[in-house]
Amino acid sequence: MIEIKGVHKSFGDLEVLKGIDLNVNRGEVVSIIGASGSGKSTLLYCINAIEKINSGNIIVDGIDVHDKKTDINKLRQNLGMVFQQWNSFPHLTVLENAALAPQIVKGFSKEKAQEIATKELIHVGLGDKLHEYPTRMSGGQQQRLAIARALAMEPPYMLFDEVTSALDPELVGEVLDTLRLLRDDGMTMICVTHEIAFAKEVSDKVAFFHEGLIEEIGTPQQVLDNPQRERTQQFLSKVL
Amino acid sequence: MNNYEFHWNVVFDAFPQLLSGAFTTVHVSVLSMLVGIVIAVLLALGKLSNNKVFYHFANIWIEIARNTPALFLIYMAYFGLGAYGIHLSPYLAVFSALVFINAGYLAETFRGGFQSIPTTQYSAAKSLGMNNIKVYRYVILPQMFRRIYHPMTNQFVWSILMSSLGILVGMNELSGETQRLQSTSFRTLEFFMVAAAMYFVITKLVLFTSSLIAKKVFKGELS
Repeated sequence: MIEIKGVHKSFGDLEVLKGIDLNVNRGEVVSIIGASGSGKSTLLYCINAIEKINSGNIIVDGIDVHDKKTDINKLRQNLGMVFQQWNSFPHLTVLENAALAPQIVKGFSKEKAQEIATKELIHVGLGDKLHEYPTRMSGGQQQRLAIARALAMEPPYMLFDEVTSALDPELVGEVLDTLRLLRDDGMTMICVTHEIAFAKEVSDKVAFFHEGLIEEIGTPQQVLDNPQRERTQQFLSKVL
Repeated sequence: MNNYEFHWNVVFDAFPQLLSGAFTTVHVSVLSMLVGIVIAVLLALGKLSNNKVFYHFANIWIEIARNTPALFLIYMAYFGLGAYGIHLSPYLAVFSALVFINAGYLAETFRGGFQSIPTTQYSAAKSLGMNNIKVYRYVILPQMFRRIYHPMTNQFVWSILMSSLGILVGMNELSGETQRLQSTSFRTLEFFMVAAAMYFVITKLVLFTSSLIAKKVFKGELS
């Protein structure tokens, strides 16, 4: 379970998160929506400690992410993350991209790491690209590689940061299909997204962020079909 | 006007001396490159450092190396240091000037290569649970090395050609040797033509080997 309690985060004078409380249970899919600059992505970066927080707590399976005593590299193995820009490692083949961390972080043999990586790559539909270099692939394929690379660490949680927003429209579908696949596998996921229809379809919970606070949270039906707060209504009327 | 007669026999007879000069040329270029690389890494770190003393030291070194003629640096090493009682051999004078310049140029190459790796690559590697050493060892440095490889080759070629300034302080590298041989035989044109061809062959060999290595080592994106 991921417990987020009273999290505040500032960049200099700019307070981006103003006290976020959010619980994500195992097996749940939580989508975070909201305007740019509302703090959605920052929260994801704070969950796996790429960004520090100013106050509050983020607890993953009982471990405080921002406690100085926490072995953050170990904890991150439980928190797969996929970024807006896919960030494939250009000097490695598709297979090497996905097998690198299982081998050098988890200490698996090369064979075992490649076996796990191959399984995940086939799962996301890249089974025929194993020995290709990522720079020769489309954005959608590279994003699916990024998902497989994160999955190869076999994390119980996956964090998705606007994974379709840098893609050409015709490539969005294949990445969303991959996320649906993970949902069907029972993966616990936090998705920061601008794809409202997708959020409605896959989420157990939807949180609407506004200026660093959760303005409204609930089931997709509650938040997206029947929003109670004026800000949510305004936002949805603009994006739907 | 056009009645100059080429006499190549003198040059062929002197070929062993020319080869020995060429060896010295390659020797001083390789060594000054290797030492230059080590210093350049430190200077690049200095330029990226928050420590003011370290930063300014690196900056001054780099600025002087990149904005003064190589000839002056060789003269200062050979004649100038004499004022302080330091008497360098021609070889050492050329070697130190080349090290100084190589380090300055390569430092900027390294800094640029380092800064050209997007910070998102760090985030991606970190998010997979890699510690800093692994992030650099497996993700950052291999990519950086690809980007600085060709500029480094260029710098090496530059060192080979620039070492010919050794002629001015009496060093027995290829140019110095050529100068000595032509002054005793008066076959100026022949000797300098052959020496030029030898420089050409050496640099072409370097470039050829370099691209062979690149093809073997760098697969994927930048090959």
